[in-house]
Amino acid sequence: MIIQMITRAILIGVPMLYGAVGEIVTEKSGHLNLGIPGIMYVGAIGGVSGAFLYERACGNVIENMNPFLAVFIPLLCSIIGSVIMGLIYSFLTVTLRANQNVTGLALTTFGIGLGNFFGASLIKIVDSEVPTVAVNDTSDIFCSTLPFADNLGWFGELFLSYDFLTYLSVIIAVITSYVLSQTRVGLNLRAVGESPATADAAGINVTKYKYLATCIGSAIAGLGGLQYVMSYADGGWSNDAFGDRGWMAIALVIFALWKPHMAIAGAFLFGALCNANNYINGLGTETQELFKMLPYIVTVIVLVITSMRKKREHQPPAHLGLAYFREER
Amino acid sequence: MAKQAAIELKNITKTFGAKVIANKNVNLTAYRGEILSILGENGSGKTTLMNMIAGIYFPDEGQIFIDGQEAVIASPKDAFAYKIGMIHQHFKLVDVFTAAENIVLGIKDGPYDLKESTAKIREICDKYGFELDPEKKIYTMSVSEKQTVEIIKVLYRGADILILDEPTAVLTPQETAKLFDVLRRMRDDGKCIIIITHKLHEVLSLSDRVSVLLKGEYVGTVNTSETNESQLTEMMVGKKITLDIERTEPENVTPRIVVENISCINREGAKVLDNISFTANAGEILGIAGIAGSGQRELLESIAGLQKLSEGNIFYHNPKTECIDNLKDKTPIEIRNLGVRLSFVPEDRLGMGLVANMDITDNMMLRSYRKGKSLFLERKAPKDLAQKIIEELEVVTPGVSTPVRRLSGGNVQKILVGREIASSPTVLMAAYPVRGLDINSSYLIYNLLNEQKKRGVAVIFVGEDLDVLLELCDRIMVIGSGSITGIVDGRTATKEQVGLLMTKTSDESVGDINE
Amino acid sequence: MSKAEVAKHHREPLIHIVKRDDMVWWRAWLIRVAAIAIAILLIGVISVLLTGKDFFSIFETMFRGVFGRPGKSSSRMLWYFLQKTAVLLGLSLAVTPAFKMKFWNCGAEGQALMGGLASMICMIELGDKLPYPALILVILVSSIVAGALWGLVPAIFKAQYNTNETLFTLMMNYIATQIIKYYLYIEGGGTNKINPVKEGNLPQIFGQEYALNVIIVLVLVLAMYIYLNYSKQGYEINVVGESQNTARYIGINVKKVIIRTMIISGAVCGIMGMILVAGTDHSIDTNTVGGQGFTAIMVSWLGQFNPFIMIFMSALVVFLNTGYAKVADSCGLDSAFSDIAVGLVIFFVVGCEFFIRYSVRFRHSRKEAQV
Repeated sequence: MIIQMITRAILIGVPMLYGAVGEIVTEKSGHLNLGIPGIMYVGAIGGVSGAFLYERACGNVIENMNPFLAVFIPLLCSIIGSVIMGLIYSFLTVTLRANQNVTGLALTTFGIGLGNFFGASLIKIVDSEVPTVAVNDTSDIFCSTLPFADNLGWFGELFLSYDFLTYLSVIIAVITSYVLSQTRVGLNLRAVGESPATADAAGINVTKYKYLATCIGSAIAGLGGLQYVMSYADGGWSNDAFGDRGWMAIALVIFALWKPHMAIAGAFLFGALCNANNYINGLGTETQELFKMLPYIVTVIVLVITSMRKKREHQPPAHLGLAYFREER
Repeated sequence: MAKQAAIELKNITKTFGAKVIANKNVNLTAYRGEILSILGENGSGKTTLMNMIAGIYFPDEGQIFIDGQEAVIASPKDAFAYKIGMIHQHFKLVDVFTAAENIVLGIKDGPYDLKESTAKIREICDKYGFELDPEKKIYTMSVSEKQTVEIIKVLYRGADILILDEPTAVLTPQETAKLFDVLRRMRDDGKCIIIITHKLHEVLSLSDRVSVLLKGEYVGTVNTSETNESQLTEMMVGKKITLDIERTEPENVTPRIVVENISCINREGAKVLDNISFTANAGEILGIAGIAGSGQRELLESIAGLQKLSEGNIFYHNPKTECIDNLKDKTPIEIRNLGVRLSFVPEDRLGMGLVANMDITDNMMLRSYRKGKSLFLERKAPKDLAQKIIEELEVVTPGVSTPVRRLSGGNVQKILVGREIASSPTVLMAAYPVRGLDINSSYLIYNLLNEQKKRGVAVIFVGEDLDVLLELCDRIMVIGSGSITGIVDGRTATKEQVGLLMTKTSDESVGDINE
Repeated sequence: MSKAEVAKHHREPLIHIVKRDDMVWWRAWLIRVAAIAIAILLIGVISVLLTGKDFFSIFETMFRGVFGRPGKSSSRMLWYFLQKTAVLLGLSLAVTPAFKMKFWNCGAEGQALMGGLASMICMIELGDKLPYPALILVILVSSIVAGALWGLVPAIFKAQYNTNETLFTLMMNYIATQIIKYYLYIEGGGTNKINPVKEGNLPQIFGQEYALNVIIVLVLVLAMYIYLNYSKQGYEINVVGESQNTARYIGINVKKVIIRTMIISGAVCGIMGMILVAGTDHSIDTNTVGGQGFTAIMVSWLGQFNPFIMIFMSALVVFLNTGYAKVADSCGLDSAFSDIAVGLVIFFVVGCEFFIRYSVRFRHSRKEAQV
């Protein structure tokens, strides 16, 4: 049961991990992107649409589908969708220096609208009884595990039973952590978020870094939406099902103190907390609802503790949320 | 062997907008293997001139030669290419980065290897005698360590012409001595060092030659070994100009504010005020002279209740009740509630004294809006006051509902001074009240201060123009590096005398000039 | 000299962005209105492409969808429109004092939910125990207190430790949502639903269900306008928001102002919760506020913190939302289309501020030197 609990926590945590890593990359450039929840919707619906079209092209027969294309097409569609969202955000906040909070919130409204709109359109096309559209075949391909995993007992279940996007999320988090802390690109990016004027004086192209960080961050976050649909929901899309995972991802950024590798543990912990109510015996349904508050309360506590301790490394990038205009000194 | 000119400026002119001439036909030469001091008062154009060498500004006219070749320095990048590095007064460092990370930021030299860079940094440190831990984070550093990082930053980029803008302004005497040792070592290594300063004793002890600027123009260059303090002071302050500011004899002079041994430590842990004692009298204008950033702001803010003092007391002699109140550790509201009528024209007009986005009427209310028990604002009186100030001080504005950010500098200042005087204060403190103002507005402000003096107000005037201080003030207190270096009589003191006191630091302050 | 001249020209970028001093107010509004118009036209074009209908019939559908056909249904639809506008407007008013102070209160949703929950509890628990006027008073007071408390918590931490208020208030929304879910289980007996409660409903006036709600919000508009512009507290909010340094200089206690303002912000949210529960739904669920707390942030910002302009902005947003939902419905599209439309309009309005604050100059048209 413990193993099941852990695997479940990981499954729930992965979309948040993608979202958090994407947001960290963006925030490191000094931009608080509150549009991440919307971007994750777009990432999800992008993947679903791609998969849907490819399945149709193959006559809805799994044998006709090329496994590589079945993965590649949804992945590409997801990334394209999220990057367009990232571009909208960066154009407005970097080039036009619009208010980041308002732009982000509008982007979330817009993105959730897009997700639900295309979702509903797909549902209408298949004309199904229930308001969902399913791309189960693609989901099966996304979730295929190593053939020998089943033979390895608990070890196999604990470490080898996931879809490739789950492994990818951890790999991306580790790589991001490495890039941020160990490479020149990471150093430059952090400088842009901390003090764009210093970075500018040192000859770093601030605008380029801001655009790239926002768009790459959006692409990563969008994959979280894709993983949710393909793995957690077994290929089924129904409107609004993705829920508040995007906001949880933003909270996770603070929990992880802006460090992607900390976000891995944080995401799985959040997953476990979200799921804790199912594993404590003797809880009534009503108390379970109270237990679902846990991740939010934990986030608030972390928020307060980090602000109380004032340790500089644990603070958000110094220029987070502020537009940079070179001639304004 | 004749020394090689590293950098040569010919007829450099730079103007900002149509009116402000920062530099006019400046000629300057600096050689390798020497330390050249650029000496001049605040606003004499030293920093602008150096910024043109560093690629921050581009000259309107004139040429720059580097190693005899005409050079075009259009950006800091170009300056790097000519191996020029400038250490600004305001450090450009990322706080959460280590020293090493800051030093390598923006350099593209092969693969990113912080260990190798750290080794290279240590090498530079050893060569010139810097003390620096490359792995230390900037936010944990003292000001002097941060400065070291800035210097190594330009050395790491291979600079052999170094410009330092007032490097000792933020350092203790011990740190200054260390810095000078390092600079001498760099000179002996064949580098060209240019240091901007206005501290004479530093010029004399450190540099090989001194070039002097006065009001944007080049005065001349002398060899340090062939000059002395008084000659340099004369070059720096120029001839005395008569301004014809009215000065009446003080009447009914009684102590109003008595400051006793106050000290103040800033957020970085540096002592910005060091054991300051003086008396500001009712019915006279006390001038405060000093190099910018010597503690003037902190001193005035201490009296206004905006600075926490580590030591000392500030006593207020109330002319009405004849009580003596201690203002130490009191907030501005508490001071007001004691019946102290204190007005303060801060240096930062739009960031502190006024709210840029509010209109003139609402800015008038800043001091008075609390009056009365009503929950609501009373705008009639402030509006009338605004109207009155606009008329009496000839403020150019479309109306009382214009946001102050839209007014010109002089008009902003009239609004601020007008408001502060309107509350009929017993103490009026004004920091650089004529900075950036045209002649007419400046005289208007002088007259206002004089009027207050005649009404028996204790006026404290922080200024930068020595001619003005000498003609306006009854007494002039000179401060340097947070402590008093002398108090002189405004009627008898000479410009050189004050200039000399300004360039001294506390440990060598001259007691015998005191009154 | 030519070498230097070339370098100088080379250094100046082709497009140079300069901060504007100030734009005349009517020009600024012209730009904003133009941006909204362009956005609406763009959405119209998208609708035409998606539905194949002609351009004008789409706008006709929108108007009909919001205000109905002349006749018996139109009054009901108009009141429905007014009610929705009033709710969004009320929430926008609530977040405005906080924003003016540069405190990003993203927690209007949770604060209103808690206010609504307080109303609900009073309606259920005290509905048959208190006389009607007393009941309404208790409902009002408890909603205000609940909303204010929910706003107070993040404010205390902001004032004391400078804790990030955006995320704190956001989390408070979800905590509120879970509390509602918990309550729904208890009260709903496993159905997750509370049937409309008869007791403690706000009185109907003019025989209209929503008339009182609209009136309360209009009173709030006036009260907020007066509070922000004519009260001493409103003045202090303005000073703190513009410059903490000035606030310090004239002796304003910044912490006190932050806490006081957030209590007011939360209290108004609480009133809106009461309007939603006691005045509209007579029941509560997690979707009672329906994400309008976020829309309110945008409305407040679009309205330039002016309550009267916010009336038009919230009406516009509700109009677009309802109108495009109807357009989508009539064309067989999903109602989520309206979210896309509102998002696009806000992008345009947010983006157009750039042209109000900055001016773009091209290299050769630039004469004066930089300072």
